[in-house]
Amino acid sequence: MSDRRLLRSVPFDTTAKLARLNWVFVLMICALAAVGYAALYSVDGGAPRPYAETQALRFALGLVLMLGVALVDIRFIARLAWPTYAAALALLVAVERFGHVGKGAQRWITIAGFDLQPSELMKVALVLALAAWFHRASWERVGQPLFLLVPLVAIAVPAALILKEPNLGTAVITTVVGLSVLFAAGVRWWMFAVPLLPLPLIARIAYGHLHGYQKARIETFLHPERDPLGAGYNIIQSKIALGSGGMWGQGYLHGTQAHLDFLPEKQTDFIFTIVGEEFGFMGALMVLLLLALIIAAGMLIGLRCRHQFGRLVAFGVTVNFFMYVFVNLAMVMGVIPVGGVPLPLVSYGGSALIAVMLGFGLLLSADLHRDAEFPADAGAL
Amino acid sequence: MRREARRSGVFTRRALLALGGQATLLGLLGARLYQVQVAEGGRYATLARQNSVSLRMIAPVRGRIVDRFGTVLADNKKNWRALLIAERAGNVNRTLDGFSRIVPLAPRERARIRRDVVRNRRFIPVLVRDFLTWEQMAAIEVAAPDLPGIVVDVGDTRVYPFGPDLAHLVGYVAPPTPADVQRDPTLALPGMRVGRSGVERFRERSLRGTAGAVQMEVNAYGRVIRELARQDGVPGDAVGLTIDAALQQVAVNRLGGESASAVLLDCRNGEVLAMASTPSFDPGLFDTGVSAAQWRAWVTNERAPLINKATVGVYAPGSTFKMAVALAGLRAGAITTTTHFFCPGYLKLGNRLFYCWKHGGHGSIDLHGAIEQSCDVFFYHTALLTGIDRIAETAHRFGLGVRLDIDLPLQADGLVPTRAWSHRHGRPWVLGNTAISGIGQGYVQVTPLQLATYAARLATGRAVQPHLTRTVGSTVLPGGKAEDWPLLDLPEPLLDAVRQGMFSVVNNPRGTAWAQRLPPSLGVHMAGKTGSAQVADVSRVERARGVFHTSKLPWKLRPNALFVAFAPFAAPRYAAAVVVAHGNEGAEAAAPIVHDLMVAALTRDPAGRAVPPGGVAARAGHGGGTGAA
Repeated sequence: MSDRRLLRSVPFDTTAKLARLNWVFVLMICALAAVGYAALYSVDGGAPRPYAETQALRFALGLVLMLGVALVDIRFIARLAWPTYAAALALLVAVERFGHVGKGAQRWITIAGFDLQPSELMKVALVLALAAWFHRASWERVGQPLFLLVPLVAIAVPAALILKEPNLGTAVITTVVGLSVLFAAGVRWWMFAVPLLPLPLIARIAYGHLHGYQKARIETFLHPERDPLGAGYNIIQSKIALGSGGMWGQGYLHGTQAHLDFLPEKQTDFIFTIVGEEFGFMGALMVLLLLALIIAAGMLIGLRCRHQFGRLVAFGVTVNFFMYVFVNLAMVMGVIPVGGVPLPLVSYGGSALIAVMLGFGLLLSADLHRDAEFPADAGAL
Repeated sequence: MRREARRSGVFTRRALLALGGQATLLGLLGARLYQVQVAEGGRYATLARQNSVSLRMIAPVRGRIVDRFGTVLADNKKNWRALLIAERAGNVNRTLDGFSRIVPLAPRERARIRRDVVRNRRFIPVLVRDFLTWEQMAAIEVAAPDLPGIVVDVGDTRVYPFGPDLAHLVGYVAPPTPADVQRDPTLALPGMRVGRSGVERFRERSLRGTAGAVQMEVNAYGRVIRELARQDGVPGDAVGLTIDAALQQVAVNRLGGESASAVLLDCRNGEVLAMASTPSFDPGLFDTGVSAAQWRAWVTNERAPLINKATVGVYAPGSTFKMAVALAGLRAGAITTTTHFFCPGYLKLGNRLFYCWKHGGHGSIDLHGAIEQSCDVFFYHTALLTGIDRIAETAHRFGLGVRLDIDLPLQADGLVPTRAWSHRHGRPWVLGNTAISGIGQGYVQVTPLQLATYAARLATGRAVQPHLTRTVGSTVLPGGKAEDWPLLDLPEPLLDAVRQGMFSVVNNPRGTAWAQRLPPSLGVHMAGKTGSAQVADVSRVERARGVFHTSKLPWKLRPNALFVAFAPFAAPRYAAAVVVAHGNEGAEAAAPIVHDLMVAALTRDPAGRAVPPGGVAARAGHGGGTGAA
């Protein structure tokens, strides 16, 4: 074992690092971004403006950021984990104080001309912080309920702030991502089971306390055809667009639904409907496969990693990406209620892109430094 | 190292498990994709081809409000109007220019239209102009090819046949506010109205109905090719009230321009037959918009036309409160039906004198005489012997100073004070307060509706609750039968002693309302009680000294005149209360109104006549009696 470590030690100079970088992964990311460019190009009506070009520039920026982060020593990143968390939390609080309201929710904050959604950054920072916490913890320690107090608070505080914005979708994703890191860190099964037991009861009581119109929203989701103009509108139009693609699609730039104004938010949350309409089931399936490959590759990086911090970072970042993908696609296909979650790297928008690329940078760094000497007691704090 | 191995082993297992879970979920999404795109793809593809398909929403018809006999109190009138559907207009400004050549639009109107266009989804029609004449309509139809996006249709506006007479009760509707639209987007439809007061507001959910939608295929020029699917809206439910519109008109006419209110109940079940508050206002004005000058006039009018005084106005009950005090005293054993007190014209408590209205006093007087002649000193004694908390307990049983939960959005609670209440408000309770509470003054405050309820409960001994609604759609609401209401748990002989006193008030020459006895031709008797409640303390003292007559005071300082009554005495059916603000003497200002109202009620006898069975309200419209009795 020790000789293997000698064989694959951590490279020190940048050139060597670049050579060892997981280029297959980078390639998959670029492929996905290319899908996004093509889709936005189509939304633009066969032109690079206004969406495709801007998004390509953003992606280029994100790529540089990702590669930059990838080269940073994972141990140094671990040391920055909690400060990063604190900074993200501060931004979240700031968004509540000074953020501006877009589409009925207070989610955005403008820093240096960039519209930022701190909740996106928060998820990455949360993964880092939790990974740092559990990196130091032995299997026995993780089994102690008291030890879980800090991580649970670390999850609950940002989740509550995001919920208050209000952004239910992201709050749920944040919680799921946080809990998934706990799961990967070895928190005992029963601890996950215990809080879940009374859940149906709570849901029942909560439903009873909902306002009439809130219930109506849930009803609308369950039966969108009953309210074709209100909340059901997006779901129906989205399904119509997908369905019109059929097996082979209408052909690139030949989709009808997307180019007419029937589809709301087609450049952001509902971008996948363009792919589905123009490339058909086959094309959409290919994109789904590409997404699955990226997720599998992320998990594989975690499995190959030889220190807990890297493993947990890889795991958390991948679950975060998965959650984006799943929630967005399920929403577009009318499986779960509509909630503003973009399809990363494909949807138009900067905030999610930067956050996802940052996460991938961490993932690549974990991969690059997978054999680094990083014992549990080498204090991550 | 072993521990590290264990950690990584657990991670490996769980990561693989998570990967499996993720793969499964993505697989399910793939399956769903297949279902939407391929399996059901054909259906959606057709829908997509037709997706020049536009959806048009249809506003539901608001439910009517009718009285107990089906007379329509709130109705919908057809209204021709022009709408603009922005997604079909292309250039909204050009369309509006074209429209202006036919029907001139003021700059303000245009600004409003443009604002509505921006605020709504592009397929939602926006109102351009309503109440079009037939000529305008025809001109618009002819010019249709030059007016892309303009649609003419017929909508509804709300009309109130009884206008001000029922304005406080039926309420009014107004266009929705942006906040309303946020809660329910269908309110953005042209013609949608929201109930803002009275029954219109209280029964909003039932009255509104549900919006429908039509899916239409539209060609490139915006012409409707055919209707693809229609989801009919559900019209709002009709609401049937307990009111008798004819009696309501009698009450309103009789109150005249006074700042006054009258309530007439079916005392066996609490059904409100008439509830008037004057002066009133035109409820139709709120639909089209109230001018600032009109609004100012309403708000600054000291007779408060916008306020429903019957449920929101609070007044000291004055002597009408004495039956409650008497029953509290009888129950407590503080007095009996034969107890006599001596009235020298005043009661001395400490160094303070409490006067009787009758200068010189009533002499030795018992309960019956004290009610009949409204002796104040008798009730000072009774109140002091009984104690304020017991008085409050009995008064609350009669609905005085407690929330009655009538089916209207607003109502005042009134107040019958207790020691606890007084302490809560940091005021020590003094005996003088108990004494003046005995004649319904001081802190005691009640609404006219509470007074009518009080009269009904005195008459029947049942805890009837006043209510306004008989039917919603085809549902008959409970509470229409006497047995629906529990007994008050007061001994019948005690109640009867008090009722006998009330009988003499009207039917004995010594009684304070002898002049208002019912005409012998009716063959029945009315029992009642007068009240004159001072609004300014100084006037009370000075009047007691006989300094001057209260009618010489400025209007705002004159006492409120009250009268409560029920009839027929032998088998009570109607209970009434009238309060004339600053009307001076109850016997002179309020009792005659109750007299006339009772005569009308007994002659028409709405409570005795068969009413259409439940559900008829929905199709009714030609029910009985629109003329006054």
